[in-house]
Formats: sequence, structure tokens, C-alpha cells
Amino acid sequence: MKALIDALGPLWGSLAGIGLSLVYMVVVLLTVAFILWFDRKVWAAVQMRKGPNMVGPVGILQSFADFIKFVLKEIVVPSGANKTIFVIAPIITVVTSFLTWAVLPVAPGWVLSDMNVGILYILAVSSLGVYGIIMGGWASNSKYPFLGALRSAAQMVSYEVSIGFVIVCVLLVVGSLNLTDIVNHQKAGIWDWNAFAFIGALMHGGSPAKMGMAFVVGLILFAMSVVFFISALAETNRPPFDLPEAESELVAGYQVEYSATLYLLFMMGEYVNIVFMCAMISILFLGGWNLPWGEVTNPFLGFLVLYVKIWAMFFMFAMVKAIVPRYRYDQLMRIGWKIFLPTTLVCVAIVGAYVAFFGGNA
Amino acid sequence: MLQIAAFYILAAVALISAIMVVSAKNPVHSVMFLITIFVTTSGLFVLAGAEYLAMLLIVVYVGAVAVLFLFVVMMLDIDFVELKQGFMRYAPFGALVALVLFAMFVLVASAVVEAKVDPHVLASPTPALDVANNTQAIGRILYTDYILFFQLAGMVLFVAMIGAIVLTLRHKPYVKRQNVGKQVARTRKTGVENTKPKIGEGVSL
Repeated sequence: MKALIDALGPLWGSLAGIGLSLVYMVVVLLTVAFILWFDRKVWAAVQMRKGPNMVGPVGILQSFADFIKFVLKEIVVPSGANKTIFVIAPIITVVTSFLTWAVLPVAPGWVLSDMNVGILYILAVSSLGVYGIIMGGWASNSKYPFLGALRSAAQMVSYEVSIGFVIVCVLLVVGSLNLTDIVNHQKAGIWDWNAFAFIGALMHGGSPAKMGMAFVVGLILFAMSVVFFISALAETNRPPFDLPEAESELVAGYQVEYSATLYLLFMMGEYVNIVFMCAMISILFLGGWNLPWGEVTNPFLGFLVLYVKIWAMFFMFAMVKAIVPRYRYDQLMRIGWKIFLPTTLVCVAIVGAYVAFFGGNA
Repeated sequence: MLQIAAFYILAAVALISAIMVVSAKNPVHSVMFLITIFVTTSGLFVLAGAEYLAMLLIVVYVGAVAVLFLFVVMMLDIDFVELKQGFMRYAPFGALVALVLFAMFVLVASAVVEAKVDPHVLASPTPALDVANNTQAIGRILYTDYILFFQLAGMVLFVAMIGAIVLTLRHKPYVKRQNVGKQVARTRKTGVENTKPKIGEGVSL
């Protein structure tokens, strides 16, 4: 893609870049629309209900009907609210959730910005997402949104730490901050995917000491993929960690005062983040666009493979929502700070030692 | 062309926000403008080719430090009128601090310009871009020549963190705490007791 933009020269190249970004956004939005429907269908199926089934065949167009309903409703701004910040907050949420997609490679060679510090960019932008929630909760000038915002900010900041350390583990093993490099590192097949690298370590052989260490590191990576999955649930405020919304205690947390399009923006940002997290799990641990039996070089096939993986990951997100009861807030903090943080720290140390003394793959 | 335009826009937004930080009436707005400065400054870093520093600035300052700022400022019940009164009294001191900082910037900048004439003056010369990229270059300097200072800075932060915990940690005897291990270890045998009390006797627990 970069070659294409460079070939067009500065002006047309910039325009082409903007056009490609728009294509990205449309694809992501369409995915979110269908994934919302899918989420509700899975949830309904688990509870032996039918779920949305009126708009379009098997209700597949439900999200579009909801969209039109949201947009046509009136925006109510509470009288004591800080109007500017009240309106800016959901916009920040939705903009930051889209910004992260800029560095995500979706197929071999298909990436908007192939940055050297891609992972750091993702961490940086996703840490901006907290502001949408804090500002929204504060600007509403009401107690429930404020409490919800405080909870949510604390939750997101806590789980960012463990997500960061999990990512550091992967980076140390791969030896690059570039997402395309991370995917290319896992191209040999399912046993080389980071989540299953412990089996690959046994298959590759080598001296017993090196093989043993590679096996241990592979096991650590598998554990890290589980930690990342749980942290992603908490980071995106998905059930069982949907405490910012916590209908039973806080009505709807930071979104209580929001209606119509502004609420839609919040919800859209949340779901774009969820889809992004699914894509991140696929890229970091499940081989990205590579098939289980080998490398994929055709970008169209690669995109399809990654897309299927994203949906498969989202199916797990949806099942967790349907099956697991909600956590209490102190339990959530206990898992984040007392279990995940020490575990991931020790794992970073072990993986770092492996890379330093056995050369790793770097 | 595009880069120059980006520079002027980012720099202008940063300067305006900097003025707004001190002049905004609501302290929460001040913090918001502070965050704007951080974001625009990291944009300037990207323009200067220091993408690693740019990302780190956002991760550390915007993602963690400013969130805590915002937390504290939102929770405090601040009297705005009282806050405004001290402004003129502290203005000369503020000007002095600004002057010292500016002098420091000039000195550092001139030192860098002089060092460019002779790269051997530098303790650790900047490697060429094809040898090491941004991230690698910083990593090499931090973990080799300046490892002691780096570790020392980490220790200072660690001590500060422990200090904050020690100052705020209080064990209140009346607060009921959850012992997860104990709860999980509970079985039917230890948790349930069947008794058959006679009428009017009750059970002693």
C-alpha cells in the first residue's frame, strides 16, 4: 500500500491515503454492525430466546434499524452539564477507537501506516480512550455518571498495565515492535503461532537445554494469551467486567445522561474497540492472516483468514458475556493488580532471560 | 509543505493551550488543556523524527499521569475565587521560574549545536539511522552508558511509591475483609451444622 501511495506523488498520494482510511472505516463500521447483531443472537441462543428476528432475514439488519432510530432521536443535554465537554467526550471515544486501526495490518502488505513503533502507538492511542469516559461522566453533572466514570477509569488504567506486559512478552520473543513482523514470525503454521509455540518448540528440536527453555517460553506465551483475553474483556468494559455500566448499581454508569447520537457514539466506540481487541489477539497470538498449515501471501485470502479469526474471537467474547456472571469491583481490582500484574512481570523476566541467554528468535 | 503546515498548527495549538492552562477558570478545564499540550507536543516529536519519544509521552503522561491529575482535580471541592486571589502574588516567582527554564533551554540547545561540530565531544554519539532506529538508539544509550542513572531514577520512583503507600495504609479493625483462600476452602462439612434444639432453647453458635 505504501508503494502505491508513494507512486502517486505527494498530493494524489495523500488523497489516496485519505480514501483508503475511509474504506477502512466503512469496513470496520459494517463489521461492527453485523457483530452487534451476532452478539445479541449468541446471547439469545444461550438463553434459548430468538433474539432480533424482525428486520431483514433472521434480523440481520437490526443494527441498521437501531442506527436510524438513534440518529433520529433528540439529543438531551442536562441543564447543569458542561456542554462542550459533554459533546466532546463521546467524539473522543469514537475517534480514538478508530485511530488504532491505522497501524493494524489486515493482510500481507495491507496496512495504512507501517510504523516501526506500531505497538507503542496502539498502547498510546488506546490510553487516550479513557478520557472519553472520564469527561463524559464528569460533564454530565450527576452522581451516577461520575461514579461510573471513576470506576471505569480506574479499571481501564489497571488493565492497561497487564496488557502492556503481555505485549512486551510477545515483543521480546519476536524481537520487533512492528505488527507485520509479529505476524510474519508466526508464518510456518499453527505450531508456530505464539499461543501454541510450546508444541512448536518440541517439534523443532535442538539441544535439550534450548528446547526445554523454548518449551517453557511457549507455555508462558500460552498463559499470556489467556491473560490478554481476560484483560481485553476488562479493557473494553465487556461483561463480566462491565462495571462502568453496572445496570444493577449505577443504572448505566457514565452513559446515564447520554441519549440519541451521543449515546450511539459511545456504544460504537466501545464495539470498535472490541473488534480491535479481537484483531489484536488474532495478530499477537493466533498467527494473524496465516492459515494453520502455512503462510498466506495473497492479500485477499489473508484478509479473509484474519476476518474469520476476528469473528471466532468475538464468538468467545459473546459466549463469555452470556455465561459468566458479573464480577464485583474489588474482585476485578484484585485480579488486575494482585494476580495479573505479578504474573506478567515474572513472565517478562523469564522471557527476557531466555532472549538474553539463548538468543531467542531475535 | 504538509509537514510545515502540521508544525505550525500543532505549535499554535500547543501555545494557545499553554496559555489556557494558567488562565482557565475551571481547574478541570486546565487539566484538559494540559492534556492537549501533551498530545500536540508528541505530534511535534513525530515531526522531528522522534516517534519513540512521542509515543512514550502519550503512554506515560496522557495515559497515566494526567488521568490521576484529572481524578484528583475532579474529586476536590475547589473554591475558585480564593484560588484566583493568589495569582498576582505568585506572578513574579512564576516569571523567575520561567526565566530559569528558558535559560536552561538556550544553554542546552547551544551545547547541542556546538557538539554537532565535533561528534567526539558527545559521550555517546548518535548512531546513523541505517545502523539503529529511534527505539534501538535510545535503548542502547539508556541501558549502557546511562544504566546507573536509569536504575537510580527507577529506585527513586519506587521509594516514592512505597512512601505513598506507607502514608496512606491504615488497618482499621472494624473493616470486614475478605479472605479468598478461606472462602474457597469452605466445604459443606465446615460450613453447615445441623442441630435439633428443643423448643424454647435456641442454639449457641
